[in-house]
Amino acid sequence: MSGYWTGIITILAINIVFAYGIYLAVATGQLNLGGAGFQALGAYAAAWLSAEHGLTPLLTITAAVFTAGLIGFALAAPILRLKGVYLVLGTFAFAEVVAGLILNSETLGGAMGLPVPDFVDWQGPVIAAALTAVLVGYLMSTRFGLAVRAVHDDEVVADLMGVNVRGVRVAAFTLGAALAGLSGGLYAHSFNYVEIQAFNASVSIYVLLFVLLGGAQTAWGPLAGAAFFTLLPEALRATLPALKQTVYGALGLDGAGTPPDESWRFVILGAAVVAMMALRPEGLITRTGVAALTARLGGARR
Amino acid sequence: MLLIQQMVNGLMLGSVYVTVAVAFTLTIGILNFLNFTIPTLFMLAGMMGWSFATYGMPFGLTGPLPWPLALAGGVAVAIMASLVVERFTFRYLKTRYGDSTEHAIPLVSSLGFLLILENLVRIGHGSDAQRFIGPSSDITVTIGGIFIRAPQLASLAAVAALVLWLAWMLRATRTGRALRAMAENPDAAGLLGVDTRKVAPVVFMLTGLLCGLAGALFAVNYGEVSPQMGEDIGAKAIAGMVLGGLGSLWGAVAGGILIGMIEMLTIHYFGADSVQAVVWGMLLLTLLARPQGLFGHHAIGKGKL
Repeated sequence: MSGYWTGIITILAINIVFAYGIYLAVATGQLNLGGAGFQALGAYAAAWLSAEHGLTPLLTITAAVFTAGLIGFALAAPILRLKGVYLVLGTFAFAEVVAGLILNSETLGGAMGLPVPDFVDWQGPVIAAALTAVLVGYLMSTRFGLAVRAVHDDEVVADLMGVNVRGVRVAAFTLGAALAGLSGGLYAHSFNYVEIQAFNASVSIYVLLFVLLGGAQTAWGPLAGAAFFTLLPEALRATLPALKQTVYGALGLDGAGTPPDESWRFVILGAAVVAMMALRPEGLITRTGVAALTARLGGARR
Repeated sequence: MLLIQQMVNGLMLGSVYVTVAVAFTLTIGILNFLNFTIPTLFMLAGMMGWSFATYGMPFGLTGPLPWPLALAGGVAVAIMASLVVERFTFRYLKTRYGDSTEHAIPLVSSLGFLLILENLVRIGHGSDAQRFIGPSSDITVTIGGIFIRAPQLASLAAVAALVLWLAWMLRATRTGRALRAMAENPDAAGLLGVDTRKVAPVVFMLTGLLCGLAGALFAVNYGEVSPQMGEDIGAKAIAGMVLGGLGSLWGAVAGGILIGMIEMLTIHYFGADSVQAVVWGMLLLTLLARPQGLFGHHAIGKGKL
């Protein structure tokens, strides 16, 4: 495979793991806008252990998962008392605090960042993404998944029916933080360099968009959302110049040959977000959609 | 003396935060909507003001405009953009099925608009910071050895006037009463004859006006505009709003000034790199320990977004 494609597949796999991390919180009805903070924790834990102590990627990435998971667990207790817009702001503030602390930490390289000696090729993230997807898909089909859905749809009724609402929320948030940490550990070893600017507020925003646009009703949503919105900009990179040529040619304008501005890709992404929320707010993949599809496949087999 | 000078600078910076924080708090307080396009509207006013002053109106309608007219044009663009945002985000606020992520619809579409507007400005004018040539900033007022530039004083007066007008408007006019009724309970307000579909755009016009004014003042006082100028200001304004209490007008005013002061004092004592950790750490602690903010406004949202 060419370097361009391995690069895209690596980013796609990392984004899928990251999206599942945020999905677990969103599936219980908690919007987590602090994804970048947990990813940064994982990335820096892996980078520091690799650079300073020479541990192997398997160990550093495991450590990344536990670091982000433990901090997520410690944070879950106080922060999940917040609801709605307060929770969004609280998780957002947490990510900013993490970035601010790392920026001031000399051990972690401050604004300079940390080099990561060990390189993990694209197979690593792909295997991790596949395992994550299977794990989350399985979890959502268990009793725990049912409890998650109940808490999301109506917490009062879920509580009355004997679901431990708070326990389910803390568990989902913690597991989600651990997965975001995993994506950070993979990031550190795939790019061989971590700097705090790579974990800014827009990263938290993008990953939440992946989940909400893919659909938070089923475990297929984050997979679809991350894949669609990682590959869409790349597809536009190829098709936009041709599109511009056609439009300019049809209108008889000059300058059809020059490639369009890179920013158009993000304008189209934003327009897709707005259109999606207006027309299909439950996301690309819905529970009824999946049910209809499996019914049809089952019917064909019979 | 240096310390007092820093406090004065903090007050000036705070007045920009106040204007944007009031925009945030109005949309959250009245419509229960965290509007992420607010920093972009701020940027839009500054960048379009610069564009009008440098190139004139689009399609060669006029030559370069003098700076006050250009900034007024920038504010007008921000208000119009805000109304477009209202059409495509807030009108889709549906609360079907009792599904809690459904409430995130306007929030998520406002993130979409953030991408659209910011990148359209980048396409038009590039990502670089641009110099805005406003009134001469050489005119200074010296009070007991403290330097205050004349445009800063004028800005402070403008912000104070706008906030006071807003407070009066909310309290004393018919529109203000309708807005407060909507904040209390949109359904009851509708039943009692408030046409919520006509009142909601008023909030967005006010948002555009506040952000536009803040952007214009920023361009005049700091002489520089860029497509990224909204990010930092927006974040600090959110911090100010939370500190003062979501949905509280005077809380946002106090919180904005406080954040400006804290920022300047942090830079003075610990250096510029610590600002992010200090401001956001304080915000996180406020949210965890006292979510209603320093001035204790009633809870916003009742568990929804």
